[in-house]
Amino acid sequence: MTCLPTSTQKKLGLVIDLDTCVGCHGCVTACKGWNTQNYGAPLSDIDAYGADPSGTFLNRVFSYEVQPEEGAAQTVHFPKSCLHCEDAPCVTVCPTGASYKRAEDGIVLVDEDRCIGCGLCAWSCAYGARELDQDAGVMKKCTLCVDRIYNENLPEEDRVPACVRTCPSGARHFGDLGDPNSDVSKLVEERGGFDLMPDQGNKPVNKYLPPRLKDRLDTPAMTPVTEKEPKGFLGWLDKALERI
Amino acid sequence: MPKPENLQIDTSPSVSDEVRKTTCYMCACRCGINVHMKDGQVAYIEGNRDHPVNKGVLCGKGSSGIMQHYAPSRLRAPLKRVGERGSGKFEEISWDEALEIAAGWLAPLREEDPSKLAFFTGRDQSQSFTSWFAQAYGTPNYAAHGGFCSVNMAAAGIYTMGGAFWEFGQPDWDRTKLFMLFGVAEDHDSNPIKIGLGKLKERGAKVIGVNPIRSGYNAIADEWVGITPGTDGLFIMALMHELLRAGKVDLAYLARYTNAGFIVDEDPNSPEKGLFIRGASGKPQVVSRENGELMDYDCPGVTPNLAAQMVEGSVTHRTVFQLIAERYLSDEYAPEAVAERTGVSADKIKSIAAELARVAFEEEIVLDQPWTDWKGQKHDKMIGRPVAFHAMRGISAHSNGFQTCRALHMLQILLGSVEVPGGFRFKPPYPRPPEAHPKPHAGVTPGQPLDGPHLGYPLGPEHLLLDDDGNAKRIDKAFTWENPLSAHGLMHMVISNAHAGDPYKIDTLFMYMANMAWNSTMNTTEVMRMLTDKDDNGDYVIPRIIYSDAYSSEMVAYADLILPDTTYLERHDCISLLDRPICEADGAADAIRWPVVEPDRDVRGFQTALIQLGAKLGLPGFVTEDGSAKFEDYADYIVNHERRPGVGPLAGFRGKDGEGRGRGEPNPDQIDRYIENGGFWVDHIPEDAAFYKPWNKGYQEWAVKRGIFDAEAPYVFNLYVEPMRKFQLAAEGHGDIQPPDHLRERVHQTMDPLPIWYEPFEDSNVDVEEYPIHALTQRPMHMYHSWGTQNAWLRQITGKNSLYLPTKIWEANGFSEGDYAEVSSVHGTITVPVAHHAALNENTIWTWNAIGKRKGTWALDEDAPEATEGFLLNHLIHELQPPKGDGMRWANSDPITGQAAWFDLRVKLKKADPKPAESQPAHAPITSPVGKAPRNVTRKI
Repeated sequence: MTCLPTSTQKKLGLVIDLDTCVGCHGCVTACKGWNTQNYGAPLSDIDAYGADPSGTFLNRVFSYEVQPEEGAAQTVHFPKSCLHCEDAPCVTVCPTGASYKRAEDGIVLVDEDRCIGCGLCAWSCAYGARELDQDAGVMKKCTLCVDRIYNENLPEEDRVPACVRTCPSGARHFGDLGDPNSDVSKLVEERGGFDLMPDQGNKPVNKYLPPRLKDRLDTPAMTPVTEKEPKGFLGWLDKALERI
Repeated sequence: MPKPENLQIDTSPSVSDEVRKTTCYMCACRCGINVHMKDGQVAYIEGNRDHPVNKGVLCGKGSSGIMQHYAPSRLRAPLKRVGERGSGKFEEISWDEALEIAAGWLAPLREEDPSKLAFFTGRDQSQSFTSWFAQAYGTPNYAAHGGFCSVNMAAAGIYTMGGAFWEFGQPDWDRTKLFMLFGVAEDHDSNPIKIGLGKLKERGAKVIGVNPIRSGYNAIADEWVGITPGTDGLFIMALMHELLRAGKVDLAYLARYTNAGFIVDEDPNSPEKGLFIRGASGKPQVVSRENGELMDYDCPGVTPNLAAQMVEGSVTHRTVFQLIAERYLSDEYAPEAVAERTGVSADKIKSIAAELARVAFEEEIVLDQPWTDWKGQKHDKMIGRPVAFHAMRGISAHSNGFQTCRALHMLQILLGSVEVPGGFRFKPPYPRPPEAHPKPHAGVTPGQPLDGPHLGYPLGPEHLLLDDDGNAKRIDKAFTWENPLSAHGLMHMVISNAHAGDPYKIDTLFMYMANMAWNSTMNTTEVMRMLTDKDDNGDYVIPRIIYSDAYSSEMVAYADLILPDTTYLERHDCISLLDRPICEADGAADAIRWPVVEPDRDVRGFQTALIQLGAKLGLPGFVTEDGSAKFEDYADYIVNHERRPGVGPLAGFRGKDGEGRGRGEPNPDQIDRYIENGGFWVDHIPEDAAFYKPWNKGYQEWAVKRGIFDAEAPYVFNLYVEPMRKFQLAAEGHGDIQPPDHLRERVHQTMDPLPIWYEPFEDSNVDVEEYPIHALTQRPMHMYHSWGTQNAWLRQITGKNSLYLPTKIWEANGFSEGDYAEVSSVHGTITVPVAHHAALNENTIWTWNAIGKRKGTWALDEDAPEATEGFLLNHLIHELQPPKGDGMRWANSDPITGQAAWFDLRVKLKKADPKPAESQPAHAPITSPVGKAPRNVTRKI
């Protein structure tokens, strides 16, 4: 058993806008690239060119179809990575202390030196956000790019997770969700940001912004100009040209 | 052991040894990238924040570039075929030998008949250079892949308004309030559209998606119009009907900036019927609103009267605008009349039209920015209609695509939303009207260069490329009566025409970066047969094939000689203003690629190989007076070639001092200056020149200074395309250059100078009762090129494709997960896995293109899902339509431009019982010329 901190100074996390995500997978591969070269073991690709390729990804985009009660079916792109839960069962379930939540910023990390690859944490995660790297034999998960966000070797504007930096449509936001005045907290407030599967009781830090309502266009049809114009369209045209 | 809270981790690790900035080539979007190097190797790729195209962001493809660079399918050395064509059996040879072989084939052809060489490039970003090679060689047979991609979009845009979407222009993402997106567009202008959509969403602007498939960008559209494929033109014309009927068109804009006020000759007996009435100056005439006089349209101070009628005897000549009103106000285009055919309800059409009008006219944008127009009149404001549109292959890859694209541009123009704040904006070197483009050339003289550029914009039958007997001069029959305005050529017809010897036989087929033996061709199985077919003497019908590619693609196996290209990180390139630059609406820009790493294989950038081949052949421009090579490699050409004095491939840092912008003598340090600047150059347009570019004196003057053109060339938009009417007149029997009788009626019908809609050819040529379903393909957003499929990361996202079926078809056939369907067109049958997709037009099915791979290619295992379950829809699509009653077979192409009509396809399907072991047809494996890939990849540098 590993303990969670009683509280964290910050609650760093992501706010993901489901109204804006087009499903391009930019965040998926930018994450793969950065985290292969950085924190811990590289993210491997097993059977990379074969029948059943299976690599480690810390972030994946899923696409779902939604059928509203009325109107056409809709498609929602849904990026998913570790949500850095306040009550993270993946931490408390860890038998070696490898899985831990940082007191200073709330990031959930795996200390790979202590990880025995037992997989209990992945089993306990309601979101399926952890993947056991088949080559290194250790558990991999989103680090919120802990080696970017404080990295003094990067320009300040680049000190955000790789997925946020790369997102072409601006659907990903990073910040302190523990600070009600942060941009991300305000965004959550304005847009009705929600917790993923709140009934699981994990208190995820990451939030999702819901897709706006669709297929609501009801601008009334226009009135024909010929209705009031006895000389028809040409008559209207003549008068309209006068007014220019 | 420390407690977790006391664990120390290094949060400031060294990121890389060095960042090298170059241009992405994971698709055609051309974003700036920062390549992080560690120990001399490529470690990580991210977007370049300073770059005008992507401003720091990067999509799923771009961020996977490292796996492309290290792909095990990279070719390693020049290859000479040693087995039968198609077997994949090669031996590696030296570059000296490869170039010797190529020159040994091409030199005698040039002396005998240069047209025996057909040189076609695929997704080539160096067309101004490759065409220059072909022109110097002297063959008329050159084009790139536009003919099977999106020439309808490009040509309709040029003819209508002197520019089109994507590389020609962009929505005003910062100001538009309503954005309407037609058809498949997830594969072009990748990051700018994503960035733009993000901006729209951020400020609550509305997005309307018109697409039979609700995926990608359409998934986030506020309003989805699940239109029936091939009916977009009809839908657009119904929108125009509504706008005209309600008087919601920008009359002032139309009068000033378009040919809406031109008087059209309506004398039914005149050989000039339908052409513009011209004055003594030869210029089209308008009736002045001020004094009722006929005047040249471009007279300072004249306001054309759109309501004018000119009576001459018993004939009344009217303005273009009145012809437009007459046509689109007709009941034929009423929403009620098109609803069933388009699959869009009349109420929805009316509502969308009303919303377009509301935003355009009630949410007008006014910028306090003075400017001066081409007639010298000063304006103190810029007025914007904040409605913008974008479209790409979805509406253009139909046999009615040209006219549909024209209709879309007409809609934009009626709303007054082109080149205004909030509307659609051109990017330099556009706007440029059709008259300012070259005409096509095919004048061949043995041993000499061609008489001019290959491709261009015909303005009448006199510009067709026909010999004295009316036969096509080009192997692809571009610029003939079959497709008079084929501005990008017809790459999809080259192999079948060469195989048939129609219009003539060729000797050598030379291709670059086009997978014509697989996903880049219609009728794939038959094309493979054509490439391997032998005559009675046992010789190949297409005698010689040279191919250049960086990877072990399917096409490699079908060539006799392979010139292996580099990866995009190992090469020089210029993304040139002479070609398809990276400009933005606010600035001219171009970019380079440079070898951020040197190749570790015996490969050369294709353009360097072509420079060396050109020198070996002694082509003019490639050699100095003493016959020695003029350029060492492509980089040397990029810096030192001048297309016109002072104007070369790169516009930035010209002149001895490197200060020249657009113009200036070659600067030997130019490439270094680009590298220092992040791999690109940008020069912003002055603010008073940023809008109204075709009519803005400030813009015209700026463009001349920058060498974009040599003299100011203002023009008005062609709502009515007079050159098309000239082809119609010929079809009516006027003039010396006459269409063959079997095409006369079709030319007359389709070359209408105002947009028309006619049903896609396939609809009239097959039994639509028997083949009731529309079938489409699109590329996944994360895999624009076929290259994506071999990418170890991207193939884990999409490693196989299913045929997606709407609920109606899914349920009617009792499909369940894991089933296969037998899908037939009038041409062929495939048996493939199916999946359910509800967010779909109810009569449309679709799949991802180019996921399916041939066994043995791309260094994938033969049991990779791409090669077992993956499939191509291409097998169902023929380059010709089925025979008509008279036995004639028309090309499966747009009759105006020759654009391949991929999306006309109609099919029927049933459940495959029993289901096959793998997708059908399954082709025999090819011997891999690059061996096998490693099983696992774990690369940390």
